[in-house]
Amino acid sequence: MDHIKSIALTVVLGLSCLHASASEEAGVVKVSKGEVLIERGQQQQAATVGSRIFSSDRVTTGADSAVGITLRDNTLLSAGPNSTIDLHKFSFDSTTHAGTIDATVKRGTLSVISGKIAKATPQAVKFSAPGMTLGVRGTSFIIDAGQ
Amino acid sequence: MFLFTVGFVSLLYLSLTAQPTSTVVLLPDANGKAGMVELRTAGAQQTLATPFAAADVTNRGNIIARVADGQAVQQRYASTLEARPAMPVSFTLVFESGSAVELAPEFKTVLDQLLAAVARYPAPEVTVIGHTDRVGSVADNDQLSVQRAETVRDKLVQAGIAASMITIAGRGEREPAVPTADGVASAENRRVEINIR
Repeated sequence: MDHIKSIALTVVLGLSCLHASASEEAGVVKVSKGEVLIERGQQQQAATVGSRIFSSDRVTTGADSAVGITLRDNTLLSAGPNSTIDLHKFSFDSTTHAGTIDATVKRGTLSVISGKIAKATPQAVKFSAPGMTLGVRGTSFIIDAGQ
Repeated sequence: MFLFTVGFVSLLYLSLTAQPTSTVVLLPDANGKAGMVELRTAGAQQTLATPFAAADVTNRGNIIARVADGQAVQQRYASTLEARPAMPVSFTLVFESGSAVELAPEFKTVLDQLLAAVARYPAPEVTVIGHTDRVGSVADNDQLSVQRAETVRDKLVQAGIAASMITIAGRGEREPAVPTADGVASAENRRVEINIR
């Protein structure tokens, strides 16, 4: 019985570790207008003010919709209507400021004001859109990936 | 008729190829200056470094650089720009030398400003970041900076800020307010930054 318990515990611990490594908390939704969704694996949920965004999440907006997200390193993101943003990877060490941002604008528009990771390790910040990648040395820009 | 068709087809082809698949526009930051971004496609690259410098990427991977009209950009991307989260704000508290507990007397004034700021932000997050001067080892200072952040966190919780809203970090001696040689005591560097976003 104890044996079974310990196996069950190992499985649970294993799964929770897997979850932790696959999805570091990346940021929080601060602005949400209209239809905004967070896709996490097979799950989908409405993004409201206060919703948490994790590494590997996809955020989508509908017509007349927009979303604003502040990442943990103080990067400010906002997406306009009919947008699909994939946050492939986010990590941030609050002691050293080392980290990674890897995001793709699949369609629509994204505005970015870069944060602490871009300041400490700009080579670790990458935004992509169809046909291009963008290295970021700082501050404020818009990516328009069309429809 | 044949020429007309050829002409029409080439025009159509040109208009399709000329349509950008993606566009990047560099914006001026809060103080009117622009940062820098580097754009890459399969066959080309372009650096944007001035306000409203823009680049269109064609579906063949070419980059067409231009300068965008500021007002047109603000209009075209109004709904995106309006959704930008508010800029984070920072407050700084200084500590007595070598101490993790003795806060300078101005704490009460800063606390009032801080509570007012927290009330302004949607889904507010408070990050308490401890810093040290360069007296002592890097490892000891990492620990001391975390202790300072913990002290301030506890005071913020006492002042009514929900503990769940607060995260702490210790930067040790990595980010001095005033750069000094190693081993130098500096009141300005013994501090805790409270960031609200």
